[in-house]
Amino acid sequence: MDNSGIIRDYVILRSGKVVRGGREIFSGADIPVGEFLTAVYKQFSINYPKFYKMDNLCKLGFMAAELLLRDKKTEESFSPDAIGIVLSNRASSLDTDRNHQRSILNRSEYFPSPSVFVYTLANIVIGEICIRFKFFGENAFFIEEKFDADRLYAYVKQLLDDNIVQCCVTGWVEVDGDTYDGVLYLVEKTSPDTDGFAIFDPGNLTEIFSRRS
Amino acid sequence: MRNVYVISDNIISSLGFTTEENLNAFKAGQTGIKLHEEERISPSAFWASLVDRDKLAGAFSYHADPSAYTRFEQLLICSIQAALGNTAITLSGERVLFILSTTKGNIDLLDPKTRAGFEERRIYLWHTAQLVKRFFNLHNTPLVVSNACISGALAIIIGARLIRSGHYDHVVVSGGDLVTEFVLTGFNSFLSLCTGPCRPFDRDRQGLSLGEGAGTLILTSDRGLAAGNDEITAGPGYSSNDANHISGPSRTGEGLYVAVRRTLALSDRGVDYVSAHGTATPYNDEMESVALTRAGLQSVPVNSYKGYWGHTLGAAGIIESVAGIQSMRQNLLFNTLGYTHLGVTHPIAVVDKTRPASIKTFLKIASGFGGCNAALLFNK
Repeated sequence: MDNSGIIRDYVILRSGKVVRGGREIFSGADIPVGEFLTAVYKQFSINYPKFYKMDNLCKLGFMAAELLLRDKKTEESFSPDAIGIVLSNRASSLDTDRNHQRSILNRSEYFPSPSVFVYTLANIVIGEICIRFKFFGENAFFIEEKFDADRLYAYVKQLLDDNIVQCCVTGWVEVDGDTYDGVLYLVEKTSPDTDGFAIFDPGNLTEIFSRRS
Repeated sequence: MRNVYVISDNIISSLGFTTEENLNAFKAGQTGIKLHEEERISPSAFWASLVDRDKLAGAFSYHADPSAYTRFEQLLICSIQAALGNTAITLSGERVLFILSTTKGNIDLLDPKTRAGFEERRIYLWHTAQLVKRFFNLHNTPLVVSNACISGALAIIIGARLIRSGHYDHVVVSGGDLVTEFVLTGFNSFLSLCTGPCRPFDRDRQGLSLGEGAGTLILTSDRGLAAGNDEITAGPGYSSNDANHISGPSRTGEGLYVAVRRTLALSDRGVDYVSAHGTATPYNDEMESVALTRAGLQSVPVNSYKGYWGHTLGAAGIIESVAGIQSMRQNLLFNTLGYTHLGVTHPIAVVDKTRPASIKTFLKIASGFGGCNAALLFNK
C-alpha cells in the first residue's frame, strides 16, 4: 500500500446538492449560488455571522470546509502550523472582480468599496478558512483551466513527504457568474488507524471529483 | 536532496528593462515613482511607478507584433526572453516547468475603455499561461500561482521544491502585474495610498505607492549551468497564515514569524541580510518589525525596495528576490529609499545608506491580503 497519505473525508457542493463522504446531506433546487449557500448555512445551524460579509467564492469554500471539518477536531489533532490549505480554480476571483469593476465603470458615479475590493483575490478564501479554524500552515492558490488531480496530488504529496504539513485541506472552489463548483478533500498522513479511507492518489481524487453522490 | 541553483534573472520596471539598469538606478538613488496624468488609469493625477508604454511596445516588437498582445503579456514575454537569453535552457524541454505569479494579470480587459479589441476571456489567468506556453513552445502545462502579495515569493518556494523533489530539472518563475484603474481605485478605497513616493519603515510613512513591472528567475538542479558565477542556491522557504484578519496584518506578526522560524530552522548559517516586504503602510511595516524581532533578527540589516519601484504586487516577490541576489553577488546593501527616521516600535536595522557588505545568506519575506506570509532563504 502506498503510505503517502489518505483522503479522510470529502465534501462536494454542486448543482444545489451537498455530498459528504459518499452521502448526500443536502438537496435543494438548483438555485443561484448565493441563495444555495445561505440555505446550506441555515440548514446546518452554523453560527458564524462573518459568513454574510463574504463574497460567493469565500462562502463556497468556507461552507465546504465547515462541513468537511465539523466534528473532526482537526485543529486539535495536528499542530496548527502543520495544517495546510492548497486550493485551485479556473476563474480566480473574477466573480467579485466584475463587481468592483461595475463600481468604477462610471467615473461620475464612482463607488469603489474596500469590503468588495478585499475579495478581488482568489486566496482570500484560504484566509477565511484559516481564521475559522486557526490554521497557520502552508497556503497556495493555483489557477488551472480545469481541475488537475495530478498536479494537486504531486504538490500536496510533496508537502506531506517533506513534513511541511501533516494534514491538508485541498481541492477546487470555483464561482464564475452563474456557475459554481466546490470539492474539498481532507488529506492526512497515513497512521495505523486509517483503514477504510481512500488512499490519497490522483485516481481517487479524480473519481471523487466526478461523483454525483 | 538536490540543490537548487539560481542561474539567471531579469527585472522590468519603471527604472529599466534589465536587472543591470534597475541596479544602476538604485546606485544613483533614483525612484521610478512619479506623478502621472494618464486618463486611461485615473481621471486625476496619481503617484505610481509605471513602465513606459511605447518603450515596452518597442522592446516587444523584437519578439512579435505588439498590437496582438496586451501590455501584461508583453511585459511577461519580454522578461522571460531577457532571462532566457543568458542561459542554455530551452523552455520546450520535458524537464522544464514555467510558473506564472500574478494577482490580477490582464484585469484591465474588464474595462471596455482599455479592452482595445481583445476578447474578454483573455482575462483568465490560465489563459495567459497558455499564451506563454504557445509563445515559447513549452512542453509542460504552466503552473499559475495567485496568492495576493506573496505570489512571487511563493512561486519561487514552490519552484525550488519541485526541483528538489526531482519533479523538474529547471523552473522558470515569472511574475508581473499592471497599475490599472481597477487596482488604483481599490487601494484608494482602503486609504492605503500615499502622496509622493512611499517611505518604508519611516516615522512619517503614510501608505504605499503602486508600481508595475515583471521579473523572472531561472532555477536549475544543474550545477554546471551556474559555472562562472558565484553559486547561489534557493530554498528553503515556507508560507504561513496569520489566521487573524483578511485585510489587516496580525499585531503579533504570527504568520510571518512562523514562516521565518520554520525557514531558519533548516539552516545553520544565520542570516546576513533581510529584504522586507516594507510596503510603507503603517500596519505592515510595524508588523514586520514585530515578527523580525520575535525571530531574533532585529540587528540584521533589513531594507525595502518599495521606495524605488513601488509595490508591484505579483512581481514584487520575484524582482525583490532578484535585487537581493544581486546584492549577494555584488556584496552591496541597497539603501531603503524614502527612509530617514525609524518609525516602528521594535527597533530593527533598516539600511539607510547604500554600503558594501559581505552577504552569504539572504532572507526574503513577504505578506499579503488573506493573512498570507512567506519566507525564503538564498545562500551563496
